[in-house]
Order: sequence, then structure tokens, then C-alpha cells
Amino acid sequence: LALYFHSGEREEKCIIEDVPTDTLVIGNYKVQRWDIHKQEFLESAPGLGMFVTVTTPSAEVLLSKLYGPQGTFSFTSHQSGEHIICLQSNSTRFVAFAGSKLRIHLDIRVGEHFLDESALQAKDKVNEVNFRLEHLIEQIHHITKEQNYEREREEKFRKTSEETNSNILWWAIVQTLILISIGIWQIKSLRDFFISKKLV
Amino acid sequence: ACAARASEITFELPDNAKQCFYEEIAQGTKCTLEFQVITGGHYDVDCRLEDPDGTVLYKEMKKQYDSFTFTASRNGTYKFCFSNEFSTFTHKTVYFDFQVGEDPPLFPSENRVTALTQMESACVSIHEALKSVIDYQTHFRLREAQGRSRAEDLNTRVAYWSIGEAIILLVVSIGQVFLLKSFFSDKRTTTTRVGS
Repeated sequence: LALYFHSGEREEKCIIEDVPTDTLVIGNYKVQRWDIHKQEFLESAPGLGMFVTVTTPSAEVLLSKLYGPQGTFSFTSHQSGEHIICLQSNSTRFVAFAGSKLRIHLDIRVGEHFLDESALQAKDKVNEVNFRLEHLIEQIHHITKEQNYEREREEKFRKTSEETNSNILWWAIVQTLILISIGIWQIKSLRDFFISKKLV
Repeated sequence: ACAARASEITFELPDNAKQCFYEEIAQGTKCTLEFQVITGGHYDVDCRLEDPDGTVLYKEMKKQYDSFTFTASRNGTYKFCFSNEFSTFTHKTVYFDFQVGEDPPLFPSENRVTALTQMESACVSIHEALKSVIDYQTHFRLREAQGRSRAEDLNTRVAYWSIGEAIILLVVSIGQVFLLKSFFSDKRTTTTRVGS
């Protein structure tokens, strides 16, 4: 687990994963707490856990579980779109604890197109090519899913642009009509007013 | 030889915030950092990459997209930070892809006696091609998200500003007429008082 970042004890850190439908997303994390006395990050902190919450694009909660200081979570997307993965520690200490922070190691894998080296060791030479081919087919499926998702998104983009276009036209017409009718009303109203006041 | 790792993360960077990421890299590893701002404001962010000694390897202000390749000159923890501190109220969505090391070969040459068979070389070239397809797809997805975000912003802005303008137009023109009428009404009453 290589990449890590720091976070406050009670802070919620979220990352966004934009995935097509039916995609498996696997996350590995490891969390360490900063020890004030030793001035370093503890290798393991007893009782420290992380709440992992996954929200779908339609704001439904897909996954909400408490894991230990080190864990793996996974979910399969049922909708295509931006899923939000949030991590928050279950620490009950008050925020006023100065200098306290967490180090979170995180690794997220999207789709199953990563190589599984351990399964490979057991195979012999002929099956090795078979295995690689299966992996390639997996990759192609993932690409096809992404392309379908791209088509959906482009349609949404096009609809938004067309809506903007017609909005501009519609509002320009409305404003011109308002301008003309208000102008006529102004002149008429003032003329009637001056006639009634015997100024004209 | 260390295994190649690639981490790509999309996260939201609030206004006036800075987010740093760290990774331990062995000496001599070729690494690539690529980032892109997807939504928010002028779609720009500050980025800074430092080596274990604190020497700044890469520093750019207000960049929308960039790609930086470097070879680790020494072992240690490298740090890269994204900063939105120049922005007062727009939060940005930033994507980055940090690749450490090259991918291991598909058919490792340790336990080989012969050269790669045709099947195996075909596998290798297909794998490379598919990797680059996936890479292009990711870039395209990000650019599309950016474009869509701008289009949605534009749509909202057009709607609000048009409604606002129409309201102002009505209020000002009706107000003008009543104000003008009120000038003449006052004069009338003063003339009558002076007369009597």
C-alpha cells in the first residue's frame, strides 16, 4: 500500500470514482494514528477503525460499514456515474486534541483488469497464454463498458447545450416583448396622466 | 525490482485548502505524475512535487492540466500537493494519476529457454494497445466531464441572469412612470397652497 495522505482525527475524506454500470471497485486501505509521545505514526492503533461509506450518483448509500485499521472493501456499481467513497475514523476523541492526525494509505482499483500474479504461478506454459488472453478479454469488456457510458454522458452534454441554446433564444424574445409592451404602457400612461393634469 | 504501481484518485479540493499525498519511492524508479482539474471556477490548481530532501522538483501555479515525468534520484518519501488557496469560494474537483515504475513484462524472461512465441508476442502487443486505449479513454472522460461542467454552469447562468434582467426591466420601467407622476403631483399641491 503505497500512496498515503494525512487527515484530521474526525475528518471525513472522500474520493470520487466515475465508473460505468456493473463495474467492480475494490479498495485497500490502512490507517495509522500519530502518537504525540513517540512523535511518530504507530504501526497499529488498537480500537481504531474506519467507517467506509459509498454513495451512488443518485445519492443512495451503497455501502456503509465499519472496518478495522486495515481493510479491503469492494462494491459493484448498479448505475453509471460518480460514486463517492468516504472514509472517516471512528475515533471518539475530541477534535481539540492538538497535533493529532491520521495517516491513511489508500489503493483503489476499478474494474477487474489488473493482473493477478499469484494465480499465474501455478499455471504451466500453455495455460499461461490462455490466462493472458482471458485477462485481455476482460480488459476489452471494461473498455466497451466505458464507451457505452461515454455515449450516455455525451447525450447528456448535448441536451444541456441544446437547452442552453433554446433558453438564450427564448429569454431574448421574452425580454424584447417585455421591453416593447412596457414602452407602450409607459407612453400611454404618461400621456393620460398629462392630459388629466391639463398640461397638454 | 519493485512492482509498478499506479494510483489514480479524483477528489474534491475545498476553497482555501491544500491536499498533499506521499509515496515512498526507490532510487532510479521512473515516475509520472499527471493531473487535471475537472470542475470548479477557472478549472485551475497549484501543484508542487518535492523529493525527500524538500527540493522542489515541479512547481506550477494555476494549471489546468499537466504531466510530469521524473526519475527518483534517491530513496525516500516523495510528496506532491495540490493547492486551492488562491480561490475564495470555488471548490475544485481534481484528478491525478501517479505512476511509479514501469509495468513488469507479461512473459518474464527469467524462466524462458526460447524467444516469445507468436501467440505471446501478439498478447504483448494487444496488451500494450489496450493499455493505451484505456489511458485515452480516461483522458477523454475527464475532458468530457470538464466540458459538461462548463456547459451546465453556462446553462444555469443564462437562466438566472435572464430572469434577473427581466425583473429589473419591469421594476425600473414601472418605477420610472410612478416617479415621474409623483413629480407633477407635488407641484400641483404647492401651487394651490400659494394661490390661496
